[in-house]
Amino acid sequence: MKKSFNILLSFVVLFGIISCNNSESSNKNKGALSSNAAEKVYVAPGEYDEYYAFISGGFSGQLSVYGLPSGRLFKVIPVFSQDAEKAWGYNEETKPMLNTSHGFVPWDDAHHPDISQTNGVLDGRWVFINGNNTPRIAKIDLTTFETTEIIEIPNSAGNHSSSFVTENTEYVVAGTRFSVPIPQRDMPIKDYKGNFKGSLSFISVDPEDGGMDIKFQLLMPGFDYDLSHPGRGKSHGWFFFTTYNSEEANTLLEVNASQNDKDFIAAVNWKKIEEYVNNGGGTKMPTNYAHNVYDEETHTATSTMKKEVLVIDPTEVPGAVYFLPTPKSPHGCDVDPSGEYIVGNGKLSANLTIHSFTKMLDAIENKKFDGEAYGIPILKFEDVLAGVVEQPGLGPLHTEFDDKGNAYTTFFISSEVVKWKLGTWEVVDRQPCYYSVGHLMIPGGNSREPSGKYVVAMNKITKDRYLPTGPEVTQSAQLYDISGEKMELLLDFPTIGEPHYAAGIAADVVMKNSKKIFKIEENKHKYGIKSESEARVERNGNEVHVYMSMIRSHFNPDNIEGIKVGDKVYFHVTNLEQDYDVPHGISMIGANTSELLIMPGQTETFVWEPKQVGVWPFYCTDFCSALHQEMQGYVRVSPASSPLELSWSLGED
Amino acid sequence: MGLSAVLILGLFLFPLWNITLEAPQYPTPLGMDIYINDFADTNPHDIKNINLMNHYVGMKYIPESIPEFQIFPVVIIIMCVLGLFIALKANYKWFLGWFLLMFVLAAAGIYDFYLWEHDYGHNLDPKAILKFTNKDGTVMGFQPPLFGTKDILNFKAHSYPQLGAYFLAAGMALSLVAYFVGKRFKSLN
Repeated sequence: MKKSFNILLSFVVLFGIISCNNSESSNKNKGALSSNAAEKVYVAPGEYDEYYAFISGGFSGQLSVYGLPSGRLFKVIPVFSQDAEKAWGYNEETKPMLNTSHGFVPWDDAHHPDISQTNGVLDGRWVFINGNNTPRIAKIDLTTFETTEIIEIPNSAGNHSSSFVTENTEYVVAGTRFSVPIPQRDMPIKDYKGNFKGSLSFISVDPEDGGMDIKFQLLMPGFDYDLSHPGRGKSHGWFFFTTYNSEEANTLLEVNASQNDKDFIAAVNWKKIEEYVNNGGGTKMPTNYAHNVYDEETHTATSTMKKEVLVIDPTEVPGAVYFLPTPKSPHGCDVDPSGEYIVGNGKLSANLTIHSFTKMLDAIENKKFDGEAYGIPILKFEDVLAGVVEQPGLGPLHTEFDDKGNAYTTFFISSEVVKWKLGTWEVVDRQPCYYSVGHLMIPGGNSREPSGKYVVAMNKITKDRYLPTGPEVTQSAQLYDISGEKMELLLDFPTIGEPHYAAGIAADVVMKNSKKIFKIEENKHKYGIKSESEARVERNGNEVHVYMSMIRSHFNPDNIEGIKVGDKVYFHVTNLEQDYDVPHGISMIGANTSELLIMPGQTETFVWEPKQVGVWPFYCTDFCSALHQEMQGYVRVSPASSPLELSWSLGED
Repeated sequence: MGLSAVLILGLFLFPLWNITLEAPQYPTPLGMDIYINDFADTNPHDIKNINLMNHYVGMKYIPESIPEFQIFPVVIIIMCVLGLFIALKANYKWFLGWFLLMFVLAAAGIYDFYLWEHDYGHNLDPKAILKFTNKDGTVMGFQPPLFGTKDILNFKAHSYPQLGAYFLAAGMALSLVAYFVGKRFKSLN
């Protein structure tokens, strides 16, 4: 016995030596296989993750919900893009959500999710996210994990420096990347300089129901407003926006917008402007934009066109806006948890520039100006500078913070995350990303209380990191443990679309509010029914309305006759279930739309315009029960001239 | 003795019995609380969901109300009034009488409950979607246990008395105690 133990021991020692020799190279390549990384991300079957991560889908237009640290995907919430799986933008109820001043727009580029806050801490009520292309801000309700409001932003283009919230969710802010003629008009592109303007929109959020309303738009000089973040703590009441193209070039921007040694961070005192507006300041400008709201009780969205927006000329509100010179086309604009430091991630600069809020106030008070731009005072660079992180990497894009006074910055060109210390500006650690990292996210990042456990880096390129899938391969997110002095790569997981940015929050804040069903007695859908006894079919000329119910495992009615070619048939289908996780689906052969996927207590509608005589089946598309395959029905379609009256039934022999 | 009579009124406040059905798909089990005058959901919509499950094997829906819900409350109120009257006016020997009467009534109630359960579990729709047979070829019933725990297909069914039943038992026990105390007191005199 003892002998065998010795042999075993010698194997262990030998193995240890071998692994020690290899550790240098294997750590670099295999990340999660080294140390106990696998254990740190393992969430046992049936157990829950510690954090929700809301990772935007970028050009997919949607918002995905992942668990951290496992990297498991739970849901893709349709926001700006039609989603046939969930009938988002296909059913009659949600089509109005994608309405804009340009008509129905079935796609957008979803970039920056941000979670609502109370007193500077994430409250987990809503996630806001911007649509870049046709400027919009969406609100996702975290009791249902569904998009419940989308507001279009007029006078904007490339809605990129959005959608970040202030400390008490007073405002969600949307800045324009492309300056445009305001109001839009027919004019030569080359007359851009001095004529185009950039709008910064402050959208108020109702503290009760989250209702969004554009309170005012600040019409700024025609730069590109790239990213933004709110002040917090001592700097609450201010908002900071990075700019590039302060050259105001209108062509070949890669060269022409990269000439100035310094662009700006615009510091906006929104409290001051709010006061100005509340006292009747600003000009009402005629415009046209859509405001789309989904009502949880009618299960139906409405789209309202708004015709007016309040615009503010910043030079008319003294002390409201200042420019902080910041080197080389700064991209990310990030504010530390204390609200003192404003980090300008100068993407073409070798250094990271950090401004001090305290010094900024002092410079304003003592008028330490270095000229002005279109009437807006430019503060002296040296007088607002807090410090510089020297040569931390190439192509700094974004910075987030932990709870221990450290900052983490992504470097796109050198493809790494660099950890550095606030105040001393020294680099502490660096870890490679695979590859070309954009944003990074620490749960609670845009708040006074970030968590210090994980950072998620979101990569634009993966090349050889996964099994190949043809020319188009996945983008990815990488999870690092940041609880120690050195960062450790734990996990590398594929994402939907482009994982542009993310917002993370402790799971216990959100999960307790998550709804299980919609109460059928609260269903106020115009065509909803509350019991099978109300199921019926009504004709109004060529329009036929089917009031249909679904419950395990049948539709009511499931035999319908008297439909004619040329009819427009509305199937209003109510799921009468009141049990958790018992959705039903429905699809009709030949319907020129998607299926419906209907949650318990909910009503949804699809339209079917039968073109051929015959008997056509429909069925349940979500495997609901043991008798799911039996959940089906028939519609008889007669010629347009047929005298057959409408009839419907269930269970009659 | 007066306390006995009052305690049984606890049946109006608390459920008498509870049947709970556990299955892997129901991390929160389905439950029905049986009151002296009502069937109630343990969690919202439980009875609706029990009915939905049970219709697959041809079981009838749990009714909104049963005649017993009219009778039982009246019986309990009469017994309460009777108990109070005895406590104030009558000889201790009546305490035993009250106890025995309550015992018979409770036994009848439980027997009635068993009959209903048996009918509920065995009187199945001949067009039932799923038909199961026992090993001996007879039609499988789905009667929940009267008392205890039993496996029924994918469910584990629990049937146990609740607070209301304990109030009843305590009331009955006290009446018996009152009888013996009365008897002792009498013999001492």
